[in-house]
Amino acid sequence: MTRMKIHRIGAALVTVLALSAPALAQATDADKEIERYRAMINDPMANPGYLAVDRGEVLWSTRRGARNVSLEGCDLGEGVGKLEGAFAKLPRFFKDADRVMDLEQRLLWCMQKVQELDTADVIKRRFGGPGVDSDMQDLVAFIANKSNGMAYQPQLSHPKEQEMLAVGEALFHRRAGVNDFSCTTCHGEDARRIRLQALPNFSKPGKDAQDTMGSWPTYRVSQSQLRTMQHRLWDCYRQMRHPIPEYGSDGITALTVYMVTMARGGEITVPSIKR
Amino acid sequence: MKKTMLAACFILVSGTAFAQQAAQADPATVDRYVQSMWAKASPEWKARIVQDETQAECSAARNTPGPAQFEKIVAREKAGVVFPADGTVLGDWKSGAKVANTGTGGQFSDGPDTYVGGNCYACHQMAPGELSYGTLGPSLTGYGKARNFSAEAAKAAYAKIYNAQSVMACSQMPRFGHNRFLTEQQIKDVTAFLFDPESPVNK
Repeated sequence: MTRMKIHRIGAALVTVLALSAPALAQATDADKEIERYRAMINDPMANPGYLAVDRGEVLWSTRRGARNVSLEGCDLGEGVGKLEGAFAKLPRFFKDADRVMDLEQRLLWCMQKVQELDTADVIKRRFGGPGVDSDMQDLVAFIANKSNGMAYQPQLSHPKEQEMLAVGEALFHRRAGVNDFSCTTCHGEDARRIRLQALPNFSKPGKDAQDTMGSWPTYRVSQSQLRTMQHRLWDCYRQMRHPIPEYGSDGITALTVYMVTMARGGEITVPSIKR
Repeated sequence: MKKTMLAACFILVSGTAFAQQAAQADPATVDRYVQSMWAKASPEWKARIVQDETQAECSAARNTPGPAQFEKIVAREKAGVVFPADGTVLGDWKSGAKVANTGTGGQFSDGPDTYVGGNCYACHQMAPGELSYGTLGPSLTGYGKARNFSAEAAKAAYAKIYNAQSVMACSQMPRFGHNRFLTEQQIKDVTAFLFDPESPVNK
């Protein structure tokens, strides 16, 4: 697919959204409308997120760094170079790093240790934008896609994984800032909306968390980008009027551990496509 | 009060599911994560992640304080409510409509000159003509009319917008005046939006 064509698809999707928004406001069964819309655009051939998957596949096997090797020598937790099911068990504790890592932290670690790649540029391009491709977004799309059809299996046997879960739960409820917001402000109750946007409840295990985590990473039509959970949480903190959270920091990973725990058993179908 | 009790039960039930999986984190450990998460933030921005007493207590209580703590928080927050010096809590309802409908301001993506709004519609239904409203808070449609446009009720509404926790400890609503997020004039304007008989909220 050409870049031009992708932009046209993106524009068409935005139009669909814009047109359906006023209708949704009056719809007696808005959820059904949204389901119909999702089904319509969930065709992999129409989801530009799959272009990120393809780019990620190339990046995974590209020789880079001082050692001129590919990321195929990277162990994402299931064994060196093994991709199937790796995402379903992340974040997890890695003995070689003596840390719990999410996929993005682990990829950065592998770039630094396996490839001996200077990751400054990769980190600079952590979030893609107009004219800026993001290696991390592409790699996450490719690797997460290799867990499609599998269920989230939160890894909680190691004490450091347990610490991450407890801290993640505390961060989820931690109120601060000029609006006194925490994650619970929007995601602490069932069936609430912000404006017309339905808000999933992440304060308990179950369907909301399963559906949400099972559909990230996702292609955001409004942003014309494949987005990862690191980006989503960055955007949450922006809306919470908090300062910019550090990319790949342990706090973001702790929140991710908490959310995959709430999403335990949720089936992974990624990249999905969202507004 | 009944609502608070119900909320307490709900949180206890959902909390139990979590408790089976992990113990609560030690506050010092959480703070270590918080510090590293915002290690590169400027001092002005970093100040935002420092919790005041009420934020810390409500976070620890998962927004469900016990009766004694509830009273303590309400008393503390009430003491800080500043009413307008000119004695009137009602501003211009049209300006209030703008405050209610604007969700920009205070985000790290906002410029220094970005208009700061109250974003009331994000959580509340207000004027019945505005269909894009959230449901995190109760509907405020017909708010002033339902209270016979009484001066006393308007003053109470001003206090609630200024600091919701001066009425309801650990309310999820931002303390707009207390945190200096909205100006006194903006709070007066929003109060007028709720209380002016000409406001679409009351039509």
